[in-house]
Amino acid sequence: MHRIGVFVCHCGTNIAATVDVKAVAEAVREETGVVFSADYQYMCSEAGQTLVQDTIREQRLTGVVVCSCSPRMHEATFRKAAAKAGLNSYMVEIANIREQCSWIHKDMVSGTEKAIILARAAIAKVMLNTPLTPGKTPVTKRALVIGGGIAGIQTALDIAEAGFDVDIVEKQPTIGGKMTQIDKTFPTLDCASCILTPKMVDCAQNEKIHIYSYSEVESVTGFVGNFTAKIKRKARFVDEKKCTGCGECVEKCPMKKVPNEFNLGLDNRKAIYIPFAQAVPKVATIDANYCLMKKNGKCGLCSKVCGAGAINYDQQDEIIEEKYGAIVAATGYNPIKIDKFDEFAYSQSPDVITSLELERLMNAAGPSNGTLVRPSYLSKQDDHEAHPKTIVFVQCVGSRSTECRKGSKEYCSKICCMYTAKHAMLIREKYPDTDVYVFYIDVRTPGKLFDEFYRRAVEQYGVHYIKGMVGKVSPRADGKLDVQGSDLISNEQLHVTADLVVLATAIEPDKTARSIGTMLTASMDTNDFFTEAHPKLRPVESPTAGVFLSGVCQGPKDIPETVTQASACAAKVVGLLVKDELTGNPCVAHSDELMCNGCSACEKVCPYGAITYSDKEFRQPDRTVAIRRVASVNPAVCQGCGACTVACPSGAMDLNGFSNSQIMAEVDAVCR
Amino acid sequence: MQVNGEFRPLIVAFCCNWCSYAGADLAGTNRLNYPADVKIIRVPCSCRVNPMFVLRAFQRGADGVILCGCHPGDCHYTSGNYFTRRRMTLLFSMLDFMGIERERTRVEWVSAAEGAKFAKTMNEFCEAVAKLGENKRLEDLRCKK
Ligand code: FES
Repeated sequence: MHRIGVFVCHCGTNIAATVDVKAVAEAVREETGVVFSADYQYMCSEAGQTLVQDTIREQRLTGVVVCSCSPRMHEATFRKAAAKAGLNSYMVEIANIREQCSWIHKDMVSGTEKAIILARAAIAKVMLNTPLTPGKTPVTKRALVIGGGIAGIQTALDIAEAGFDVDIVEKQPTIGGKMTQIDKTFPTLDCASCILTPKMVDCAQNEKIHIYSYSEVESVTGFVGNFTAKIKRKARFVDEKKCTGCGECVEKCPMKKVPNEFNLGLDNRKAIYIPFAQAVPKVATIDANYCLMKKNGKCGLCSKVCGAGAINYDQQDEIIEEKYGAIVAATGYNPIKIDKFDEFAYSQSPDVITSLELERLMNAAGPSNGTLVRPSYLSKQDDHEAHPKTIVFVQCVGSRSTECRKGSKEYCSKICCMYTAKHAMLIREKYPDTDVYVFYIDVRTPGKLFDEFYRRAVEQYGVHYIKGMVGKVSPRADGKLDVQGSDLISNEQLHVTADLVVLATAIEPDKTARSIGTMLTASMDTNDFFTEAHPKLRPVESPTAGVFLSGVCQGPKDIPETVTQASACAAKVVGLLVKDELTGNPCVAHSDELMCNGCSACEKVCPYGAITYSDKEFRQPDRTVAIRRVASVNPAVCQGCGACTVACPSGAMDLNGFSNSQIMAEVDAVCR
Repeated sequence: MQVNGEFRPLIVAFCCNWCSYAGADLAGTNRLNYPADVKIIRVPCSCRVNPMFVLRAFQRGADGVILCGCHPGDCHYTSGNYFTRRRMTLLFSMLDFMGIERERTRVEWVSAAEGAKFAKTMNEFCEAVAKLGENKRLEDLRCKK
């Protein structure tokens, strides 16, 4: 038997002016199930709440309807009040007769009539309410950061600072990411390594941070607060604990002709290598594809010279399993492959390079020790032709492209305008006799001190900015490059004979992002950037609870923005990890196993991956046991949108708090 | 329903909790007017609206049904309103086929900041439905007491 109490609020005159509250209280008393109704000046006040609580106790109410302001205002208040009086807080419904009735309508008759209908709908709903208890789940106080670039490093440092354990998983032999390859940063022109390497060292020395370098996340299961990740530590054939990073092995290794990925293949490294001097961890790695010992079992020089006895040719990949409360995706980016852009002759001429290659060419630790030379003259740097006299920069290579050429992107890569201005400025500063041309579509420099920086390049350093695109780059027999472009302002065709062409290539999410996104059931956009929970208000969280986003994996960003986002992300992670347990929202979906036919329709529409399938035994009417595949919802992951309830063809899925029968009852009451 | 000799339509509006319901609240806070014919039912997301609910409303004598959700891309649950859009496109064309005029059904995106849009939408919708008169096609007389 239902015993419903209805409480009608005057809200001063806010409601009472256009709704005859007494008449409402009177009218609803006739409804089936209603045993009590009253009106009061301010229901949300101390006295009003006491009235509700006393009535619950005296009348042994099983449900409460409050006709008042929007549930967005005071639903929580009345739920709490009911709970204090011993009624389950989910047995309270609000009829919104202020924002959606009295404030809208001028005339007392229609206002009162509508208020009665809204109250009836709430009564009809509350009769079908069921007591709900929010589930509680414990939180593992450890975070996993996937990716050890500047984004991952900053997030890890901030989480560790707050006192929580963090693991960084980085697929390269060292952390540091793309920023280690960059020479100088805009707009301050300070050296990238000088600001990055101390942070890398901080990570290594922080007791709370554990770095898994040369490792990859294999799988992730679980949900917010309770993830389990399998991490594959790839065999580097060197014992990380023993290696001191002295570099003796690298010195002696006879296999010299391995393209050096750190310098983007502009020079070579050995088969055993340490990516760069400040690598963290500073441990050698054997590249099994080139190592003579690994390939044909002959050599073993490195093991002979290693004083620490760290070389172990038999090392195997190792899988470790760890539990986490929160996971941060910081998978970063890569410049796109531009072999498909034939017009720029990137594959034909070594002197057509990408901006990242230029960074390495200008870096003191790079293949040319910091002297700007044409890559075709790398081995004969003293030649007077080695130094480029005319350099052409091409902007937006693969960015902001509306043609559907393979590899090109629709979005703006955001950082190219600024780094090109930086390159142009640095070159003009160091080699004032060089002519520098920049072909651009638009120059986009929003950001603190950014536009000033770009203007300096044009006004102070005399860089020639030309609005227009480069149509073709053709290598000549003498090694120079013919650049044909158009100047859209003077409407002329331009021909420039250049020694070096630098392409500002678009950036794209790292190749591993998609598989990691799938593993985390985090949603991604068509460009493989991670989607944020809300584009404006929750920019560092994934819609999947417990998964957070840091850096370029969410969208193109420069370093300051990445660091900002990384710290914001850490704050969110810490906010989760300080909790001992998570209180769930009990208004989640649930599936009726007897009705479910395991069709997967619900799983496909669930944005959170909250639905899983398992085989269960069912007793048949003829007493045999049948095994059927049925869906079940993880209440800790479900956010209660209800998409699955509509997708379910058999009606097995329903949503607590907004069940099919509840909404139907409301519809019926409204249409009565 | 006839009120003082004038036809007043019965409108059921399903509003998602995060944008449109808040938008409707804002219309109230700003004291904007729209007819009392509109009765709002709160759902967590526009994708919670089962086509059955819409049919039920028409069966029970509603003259128009409108669904309001967050703007595409802004759904609190990221993708819910895309489902709504597809489902309702299908449902509405089926209803049209059955003789429920297109003007009686509508999906509208209203954000939490668009109180004015909410009021305007409701005014327009009510007017359009009022012009069409009573829904006689789907109304189930057995449901009338
Ligand atoms: S929450 Fe508003 S449409 Fe999904």
